[in-house]
Amino acid sequence: MLEIENIIFPANLGEALATVRGIPGSVVLGGCGYLRLGSRKIRTAIDLARLGLDKIVETADTVEIGAMVTLRDVETDALTVGLAGGVLAKSVENIVGVQLRKCVTLGGSVAGRYPFSDPITALMAVDAELLFHGRGVISLQDYLEGKWGRDILVKIIVPKRQWIAAFTSVRKSVTDYAVLNCAVSKSGQDYRVVVGSRPSRALRVTTAENFLRENGLTKKSAVRAGELAAESLQFGDNPRGSGEYRKKICPVLVKRALLEVLDAA
Amino acid sequence: MQLETTINGNKIVLDFAGGEFLAETLRRYGYLSVKEGCDTGSCGLCTVWLDGAPVLSCTTLTARMEDHEITTIEALNVEAEEFAQFLVAEGAEQCGFCAPGFTMTVLAMRRELKHPTVESINHYLAGNLCRCSGYKGQMRAIVKYMGVE
Amino acid sequence: MKYIGKRIPKIDGVGLVKGVPAYTSDLAINNNALIVKILRSPHASARIIHIDTTDAMAVPGVECVLTYKDVPETAFTLAGQSFPEPSPYDRRILDPVLRYVGDEVAIVAASNERVALRALAKIKVEYEVFTPVLDVESALDNELKVHATQPHTNFDVGCDASRNVAAAHSLEFGDVEAELSRCEVVIEQTYRTQAQAHAMMETYRASTSIDVHGRLQVMTSTQIPYHVRRHLSVILGLPKSKIKILKPRVGGSFGGKQTASVEIFPAIVTMKTGKAAHLVYTRQETFCCTTSRHAMVLTVRLGADKQGNIKVVDIHTLSDTGAYGEHAPTVFWVVGQKTLPLYSAICRYHGHAVYTNKAPGGALRGYGATQGTFALESAVNELAEKLGMDPAELRLKNLIKENDAHEALCGSLPGRPAVLASSSLDRCIKKGMELINWKNSFPAKDIGANKRRGYGMAVTMQGSGIAQIDTGSVTIKLNEDGFFTVSHAASDMGQGSDTMICQIAAEVLEVEMDQIIVASFDLDTLPYDPGAYASSGTYVAGKAAVIAAEQMVAQMRGAAARILDVSAEAVAYDSGLLSASADKKMSISELATTLCSFAGMDQLISKGTYGGETSPPPFIAGFAEVEVDLETGESKVIDYVAVVDCGTVINENLARIQVEGGIVMGIGLGLFEEVRYSGKGRLTTNSFMEYKIPSRLDIGEIRVAFEESHEPTGPYGAKSIGEVVCNTPAPAITEAIYNATGMRCRNLPVTAEKILMGIE
Ligand SMILES: Cc1cc2nc3c(=O)[nH]c(=O)nc-3n(C[C@H](O)[C@H](O)[C@H](O)COP(=O)(O)OP(=O)(O)OC[C@H]3O[C@@H](n4cnc5c(N)ncnc54)[C@H](O)[C@@H]3O)c2cc1C
Ligand code: FES
Ligand code: FES
Repeated sequence: MLEIENIIFPANLGEALATVRGIPGSVVLGGCGYLRLGSRKIRTAIDLARLGLDKIVETADTVEIGAMVTLRDVETDALTVGLAGGVLAKSVENIVGVQLRKCVTLGGSVAGRYPFSDPITALMAVDAELLFHGRGVISLQDYLEGKWGRDILVKIIVPKRQWIAAFTSVRKSVTDYAVLNCAVSKSGQDYRVVVGSRPSRALRVTTAENFLRENGLTKKSAVRAGELAAESLQFGDNPRGSGEYRKKICPVLVKRALLEVLDAA
Repeated sequence: MQLETTINGNKIVLDFAGGEFLAETLRRYGYLSVKEGCDTGSCGLCTVWLDGAPVLSCTTLTARMEDHEITTIEALNVEAEEFAQFLVAEGAEQCGFCAPGFTMTVLAMRRELKHPTVESINHYLAGNLCRCSGYKGQMRAIVKYMGVE
Repeated sequence: MKYIGKRIPKIDGVGLVKGVPAYTSDLAINNNALIVKILRSPHASARIIHIDTTDAMAVPGVECVLTYKDVPETAFTLAGQSFPEPSPYDRRILDPVLRYVGDEVAIVAASNERVALRALAKIKVEYEVFTPVLDVESALDNELKVHATQPHTNFDVGCDASRNVAAAHSLEFGDVEAELSRCEVVIEQTYRTQAQAHAMMETYRASTSIDVHGRLQVMTSTQIPYHVRRHLSVILGLPKSKIKILKPRVGGSFGGKQTASVEIFPAIVTMKTGKAAHLVYTRQETFCCTTSRHAMVLTVRLGADKQGNIKVVDIHTLSDTGAYGEHAPTVFWVVGQKTLPLYSAICRYHGHAVYTNKAPGGALRGYGATQGTFALESAVNELAEKLGMDPAELRLKNLIKENDAHEALCGSLPGRPAVLASSSLDRCIKKGMELINWKNSFPAKDIGANKRRGYGMAVTMQGSGIAQIDTGSVTIKLNEDGFFTVSHAASDMGQGSDTMICQIAAEVLEVEMDQIIVASFDLDTLPYDPGAYASSGTYVAGKAAVIAAEQMVAQMRGAAARILDVSAEAVAYDSGLLSASADKKMSISELATTLCSFAGMDQLISKGTYGGETSPPPFIAGFAEVEVDLETGESKVIDYVAVVDCGTVINENLARIQVEGGIVMGIGLGLFEEVRYSGKGRLTTNSFMEYKIPSRLDIGEIRVAFEESHEPTGPYGAKSIGEVVCNTPAPAITEAIYNATGMRCRNLPVTAEKILMGIE
């Protein structure tokens, strides 16, 4: 059971940041999907719900998704559905159900650096960057590598390029966490191949990306890229699957995602 | 803590503990249609509408409800009765414990899905678990209720 | 017939859908009830050396903190079974010895949940920690013991705590070894079934108080109200007359609430404090600290001749009953009871149910038949392959038929095998073959894109009530206005027994169903019934309802005769009208008004009591079409055909949903549901995140057909349906996957990983 002694609704980001930094043990609330789990005592909770971070906006060269945008909005908003073939929308569609997705946020999903995360894998494939208040912009990849503390995530920024992307995963049951997930993208001759829930965090597979850049995307190169991914990455065991199994399905997921991209191209 | 919100069209001042979630608050205030089936946001039994959209009341912090509109099935008597007739005609409510939350999702879906198909209905309702019915009877009821071809 | 065989909506259905308060927590709105929470053992095997509750007691709002020092030492079983229960009396309310992670250490009652949780955290316990017994296969005769002393058993069930044995059993008809040695074709294989969680949507809960008469009032989400009362009476040392049980609507159960897992805790708090108490288990407690389906290791030996005549069946079972033996002997017996009668007169069933330091096993829909069916039917499929025969034909050739006798059928006496009075299983198989297009589909087909579809089948039987033991009653009262109150304690938990009994009564009484009120809430007013288990509702309570209603008609004719001044034989009864001649007639309502008044002075109440001499088995033939992704191992049941013999279908709606719900539960068991433990014995599948039950996206088509037989002893020819439904999917699916991939999985669940790793 969650216990919160004090909830603060800061009037602006500056105040929010000052609170996070000023009060030890203070916690930023996202959609609370995870914060509520188990028993936990929070002295000071900081609620960003009134700061207008629940918007998805388009700029000349980016799509910006506010930290408090729910996964359901990511799934249904025209801007995210239209982004990179809807890869982000597709990555969240099996997360439990519409009601949970209407509660939990993209900001919470990203800030938590969850290794199994589906949207993180998709965001990695479209070079997402994160804006933290006070600190500025950092690439999602750097953030996942543990650079920077959490502070306050304001938005997730996806550069607009001619992305064609796809997301694949294997799950023991449809609404379970992924045993392994994969997102790939192509923009011109540039490729991204990302594999997550290994079960450790999502990683780009540069060997496969380089191979695709050099050889172009064909049915054959898709297979090879998948093999390269399986060879380059480390896989581990968790209750959802063994490392050995993950290694076996990794090439399949990468290949299938790439073939989807090939089909769409 | 205290705040003012709207439940089923009525303004109300709620008293609650800091870490309290809406499901607990609603039940304490007598909205007993709201059921809870898990501690993890996994089952959908606690579904209510927040500003018209279905959410999990077990995952919605009560402290955030200032100036929002909450709807429970108690406020949707006529619509709920109509759908209930379709459901019971298939025998698809068994123990019934999942039924109010499920019905809240169905009624929201009816508003939201413009061209419902069996597939899009299944997808929309995926977060509503039911251990009794096996889901098929629920679908038979919905297909008739929504007039899906 | 007006109501029998019709698609009648459940009488409580619309109200439940609309969220009308009806369940335990809805009705227990005594706002002053103490909230009860339980401190649980973090160790799988340990002893409390020292426990200090001083700090917990000091938390403001805490009413009481109870440890083993404060509660009666009586040993008991929580299994809901007719007395004398076969289950060993191996547990206490609180015990200084802790036998699994989650075992109860202390009980806290406080003004609200937050306070109770704070107090729990302040109880100081020092444990002596022991090495636990976790592996079922090495539990037998292990030097580590789960129970240091021998528990009491009401009769010999083979319980031997010094060997970690909760129950043992051996039953042989004919000479199995001799027959096996003569057989031309023999199959010998070992199969493993996992623990499965009930995952009913309403977790366990009970609410207690002292009523105005000084009685302990217990409102509980249970399927065994009478057994709960008996247990509480023994455990608390209260006469049964001092306990009032209320059973409101129950949010699902599936056998889980056939064990009285929670009632004792608020009850002891109320007894100690005199105050109302309420306990609601979290989902985590529901997973970790109640029961689940017994995991089993089953070795099957089948012998046949080359023509495919099955000559002998031998099943050896090792059942994991966990820390306590609730339902350990009976579930263990049922494995054999519901499999041996199927194929061969020469057969044996033997083995042990062993204790381990894990959460207890218990009753779960299928009650051993599910495990036994998986093993036996998988072996029969393997035999068919070895013989080069179609598995459906092999079954048609060998299965027990209507009017056959078999010594293993329930109700058999030594030298007097019971007769199978009704079966349409052969028709079920043929119909299923037709529906799934078996002849053209079996065993498998390629469908491109690295996918293959395989086909598999299995059959199963269950029972209807426990022969010569469980006996239930129904009473009917004619109310002053001419409507009836039908009372029973068959314990509707969603399956619709209230509706079924109302239908049957309406049929016999020839009135509209809304002329009948079903009372099933307050045990004080209800006749005895053991409860909703062993698939007894329709067969036992339904039959009792027929008897009671027929008696009511006779009573009404008698009473009308008296008032009309004619002989009882002269009074005809037709749809609410009692008539002797054109001018000598009266409606039920006129009759009732008169009888309840000074003029008539004769309140009519009728009764019916029934218990079966046999336990007529319902049957199912199940057929699975499973698509397997050969690159990832993922599989999906595209189509499941179940053809059912439940005798007469009393209510097609309710029967169909029972089948569909049971099949989905069976698909979960087959493909991914699994209770798992950490290396230290902690149950790790403790939420719906970690223990996934099928969602609507996990299942394909399910097609259900009924092939009615007529059970002469059943109400209107009916048998049961509630449990038999979840037995066929696992063996049919694993067989379909084998046919698609060549990978035979004898170890449930058959996950994508097992398939892919096994394909080469
Ligand atoms: C039942 C269930 C099943 C799930 N299944 C999946 C799945 O299959 N795939 C998947 O990818 N995900 C899954 N998730 C995770 C879900 O998608 C979210 O990622 C998760 O709930 C966290 O998001 P939230 O908004 O709830 O964050 P919260 O729980 O509120 O917060 C999570 C963390 O992020 C911090 N935080 C939140 N917002 C900010 C911010 N703006 N700045 C800084 N820090 C912040 C919080 O302090 C906290 O530490 C599941 C969750 C649940 C409850
Ligand atoms: S109670 Fe299970 S999702 Fe809310
Ligand atoms: S009807 Fe019982 S859980 Fe759905």
